[in-house]
Amino acid sequence: MPMPISITHTRSANRTLRIVCPNGHLGFAPIKAGSFRIGCEAEPDLICADSGSCDVGPGPLGGDTSSSPLGWQTEDLETMLVASRRLGIPMIVGSAGDTGTNSRVDLFVGIIQELARKHRLAKFRIGYFYSELDKDALSRRLDSGEPVFGLDGRAPLDRETLDSTERVVAVAGIDPYVKLLDQGADVIIGGRSSDCAIFAAPAIRQGFPAALAYFYGKILECASFCCEPYGAKESVLGEITMDDIKVAAMLPEQRCTIASVAGHAMYERANPFYEYFLGGHIDMSECRYEQYDERTVRVVGPRYVPAAELRVKLEGSGKIGERYVGIVGVRDPYTIANIDEVTGWARRQVAERLGDGGYELHFSIYGRDAILGPNEPRRTAPAHELAVVVQGIAPTAAMAEEVAMIATRQMFYARLPQVKGTAGGVAFLLDEVMQASPAYRWTLNHTMRVSDPLELFPCCIVEAGL
Amino acid sequence: MPRLADVAKTIRSKNAGVDKITFDVIFPDLASYEKVRDSGTLSRDAVCRVFGIEPGRISDHVSFDAARAIKFTIYRRIPSGSPGDADVFGAQQYGPLLDLELPD
Repeated sequence: MPMPISITHTRSANRTLRIVCPNGHLGFAPIKAGSFRIGCEAEPDLICADSGSCDVGPGPLGGDTSSSPLGWQTEDLETMLVASRRLGIPMIVGSAGDTGTNSRVDLFVGIIQELARKHRLAKFRIGYFYSELDKDALSRRLDSGEPVFGLDGRAPLDRETLDSTERVVAVAGIDPYVKLLDQGADVIIGGRSSDCAIFAAPAIRQGFPAALAYFYGKILECASFCCEPYGAKESVLGEITMDDIKVAAMLPEQRCTIASVAGHAMYERANPFYEYFLGGHIDMSECRYEQYDERTVRVVGPRYVPAAELRVKLEGSGKIGERYVGIVGVRDPYTIANIDEVTGWARRQVAERLGDGGYELHFSIYGRDAILGPNEPRRTAPAHELAVVVQGIAPTAAMAEEVAMIATRQMFYARLPQVKGTAGGVAFLLDEVMQASPAYRWTLNHTMRVSDPLELFPCCIVEAGL
Repeated sequence: MPRLADVAKTIRSKNAGVDKITFDVIFPDLASYEKVRDSGTLSRDAVCRVFGIEPGRISDHVSFDAARAIKFTIYRRIPSGSPGDADVFGAQQYGPLLDLELPD
């Protein structure tokens, strides 16, 4: 028998806004249907989910692809759309297709239109907005002499970094969502935006306090990550009033506890007390958490601090080159102790053939320090066997293959003075190198001043359904 | 001597944006949280020693009473997912914390 949840009871006379969040990263792994159905029975006013993340690395943004499979994206959108049309409530998806680029927004809008036909849904309105920022616009900003500041210790944007950038998205706040709701959108597909904005926008539009609204978004955006025991992709239900927010687990086996909700407030961010977005930040240092019922937590006390100047966050990715990967193993203890000599030999053989520049060569030494690098306290005590993953990166696939192949094969022929085994210095898992996705790097983690929070985010409405 | 892994409920690391990795050490009760917090086992200096980094690499270091957690954040050497980074999500950086020894 599941424990009761107070906020699924009939509504009080107090004004509230309830949101169900079924997935913390739509498309990345499928929505669990059972707890979503329970959430939809609790009289929600909206269904909202974020679909984006920088966590997937710079590749998807740079290459303009998704890291989530199309089938799972479609399935999650179908789950949300069918429920939202059946209940007659809006659904909002932010940062479409992992990156929130224009092509991902178009992809999701197309999926919604296709699903509307498939389910013969009555006519409804899709609102969407774009977040990509043209490199020419950034170039003009540099020409004007106004700095594009770096975040997290990065230098201000310079010409060289911009030139090496493939694609840029700006991170929207609540404004495009509010505008599209004002225009009567039933479904909103957002470009790149702050996770919390997806949930804060409808709450602020209806007059709830900004501090509570942004905090509401911060808590809901990862769905069941704010519950215990751990179990991802389950739905949570939130309720905001003029005075507080509440969040409840929808899966009968899960609860929201003070520890789980407070613990989630600090997840994935440098500091648990501040959350920044376009237009300001919230200060959560004075938040008070209360166990409202067995599976629901109530929070009061966040403060909203408006920014002195509107600065929009920019994310940019630049291509380094095509990439091939080789994998070798090592079991000889002497070779393990001298593994840097082995990779050094391989590196010199590449340089002898291809010169010192125009490519990148990386060795990740599993069993010693691949994961932590120089931060590894046990790197002087490697395991009894090692795997070395070789990455060759170059402007063309042919050259990347050659870099990876020389380095991988030359480890076999490495010349260590006292090695006993003279028939081959490493064990090949495969005597080949494999093509991997192209290599990208995060070139922009910066902020740019804007005079209007909507200026970089053009909004559109289209109709769907019959 | 007990290890941090014996006492903490959760020890985790994760990206905080593309240039930082954040570490959360969450305790099951107030007593264990306060004991570790006050022991200095996870102080700024201790974190620098464990990972062999300079104090400037730590961007944030806080005790978070509501969550019974000690949380700190370090700057990455290279941004997440760039060639040479082998932990795109920053999810396995907490390993060395498990074995930290606590005073009895």
